[in-house]
Amino acid sequence: MATAAILTSSHVLELAHPLPLDGGQSLAGVRISYETYGELNADKSNAILICHALTGDQHVASPHPITGKPGWWLRMVGPGKPIDTDRFFVICANVLGSCMGSTGPASAAADGQPYAMRFPVITIRDMVRGHVALLDALGIVTLHAVVGGSMGGMQALSLAANWPQRSRAVLVIASTARHSAQNIAFHEVGRQAIMADPKWQGGDYYRTGKGPEAGLAVARMAAHITYLSEEGMHEKFGRRLQNRTAKTFGFDADFQIESYLRHQGLSFTDRFDANSYLYITRAMDYFDLAEEHGGRLAAAFAGSSARFCLVSFDTDWLYPTAESRTIAHALNAAGAPVSFVELSAPFGHDSFLLDVPALDRVIGGFLGQ
Amino acid sequence: MNGLRPDLAVIAANIVPGSRVLDIGCGDGALMAALRDARAVDARGMELDSHNVAECVARGLSVIQGDADVDLEFYTDGGFDYAILSQTLQTTKRPDLVLDELLRVGRKAFVSFPNFAHWRVRASLLWHGRMPVTRLLPVAWYETPNIHHVTVRDFRELVSAKGLTVEGSWFLSGDHGISDAAANWRAEHAVFLLSR
Repeated sequence: MATAAILTSSHVLELAHPLPLDGGQSLAGVRISYETYGELNADKSNAILICHALTGDQHVASPHPITGKPGWWLRMVGPGKPIDTDRFFVICANVLGSCMGSTGPASAAADGQPYAMRFPVITIRDMVRGHVALLDALGIVTLHAVVGGSMGGMQALSLAANWPQRSRAVLVIASTARHSAQNIAFHEVGRQAIMADPKWQGGDYYRTGKGPEAGLAVARMAAHITYLSEEGMHEKFGRRLQNRTAKTFGFDADFQIESYLRHQGLSFTDRFDANSYLYITRAMDYFDLAEEHGGRLAAAFAGSSARFCLVSFDTDWLYPTAESRTIAHALNAAGAPVSFVELSAPFGHDSFLLDVPALDRVIGGFLGQ
Repeated sequence: MNGLRPDLAVIAANIVPGSRVLDIGCGDGALMAALRDARAVDARGMELDSHNVAECVARGLSVIQGDADVDLEFYTDGGFDYAILSQTLQTTKRPDLVLDELLRVGRKAFVSFPNFAHWRVRASLLWHGRMPVTRLLPVAWYETPNIHHVTVRDFRELVSAKGLTVEGSWFLSGDHGISDAAANWRAEHAVFLLSR
């Protein structure tokens, strides 16, 4: 691990023009919060855009302002790391609809009140429209690469398909070209948990101070299960009891896994807005790259001259290997230079965030070209 | 091209510069890298082993993790000038069908394989009555990936039965060339360039 400090800076871009949305509306006064690491070179050719996942944020390699935890991909981004900030200018922007400084349902609308459910339903492509506006503002015509895991991978694919000239390389990790029925089903469980919480109040909870924390926590608990592998969960928790020697014959968190999930759910509510969770999960559910391009995934990449790399993990059952292979075959059919590899890692979907040395080599090698 | 395995060196030396190549069973990408660097070839690869694929990607090569028996169907007709299958034919479930696929995705195909009729192999069977473990076939019968052993003569007959054209053939013992006539006895490796 390199110890040198990263040249980090935080910014907010206010878009001068309304952002057109896939839903037909347009959104005025959009703010995009982003961080940059490293330095942009003179011909602006060394920029890498990192796209974050559902509950991620722009703090890819800097401490989270609320939790104080290290950046979510600190192991990958920094001086001498696979995404080398000595060499590349790394940009990470909070997505449209989120709650870490970019415009979302908690932001004030024109009347000064939070949008809440008046916020338009957005898509992955709308998020990427925001990223493209940011690149325009930074004067970056073509990225060295766009990189993303999970929902970040969807954004990377969307950028490659809809703005094919904006990136020379596209790296998609543990992602998919469309949300499956199972993916949508898990998200719907989460949304219903939030909306069933009386404190949700039709989304208008901002004035009352406290939001639907119980519902949001349940949503996070359900989702968290999908990020782990069964084997990993069994190894970490098994049927072990939490700080007790016998079952209590009650509904307290007897098992370690229950205690762990409750903690994950509760701590999530400290840093995430429930309405943002509704809007972003909806955007993911609406994602179907082939549908956007006449039903043929290969057609989505017809205009692309970028290099692609797709990585999946053998224990990821949220976006299993077959999803990445489908994308690889479509890119092949489109004649694009594409690499695809399924890596072995025990951590399920979350493997892309964790210690998988082979992933470091693949990312470093692919981006280093 | 230095440092390439002898059969790969033969293939590399006989590929027209600037062509499009699919290397099926590309291993760690040594041939692809050599073709890219020395012959300006647009090389793509397919490889079963994820460690090898990771190695290839780290070298900047475009390689898809896949199985020659299954995944070639996702490649378009005639998308490549050459399809290469080096030391892989004998590991496939249906070598005859794989040959068809090679000449569907590539206008021409290089195929190299270890010759099971080499005199050391014959000697091992004749004198010891055992499946040979030789320099080129170093793995015991129960764990070898080579499930369809083939001889130079067998291969010539398959090619002829399929009505394919042999555009070139090279026979090697170590890195020495062996004549056509002596190939089935003395060649450890055979390399064929085929077309329809």
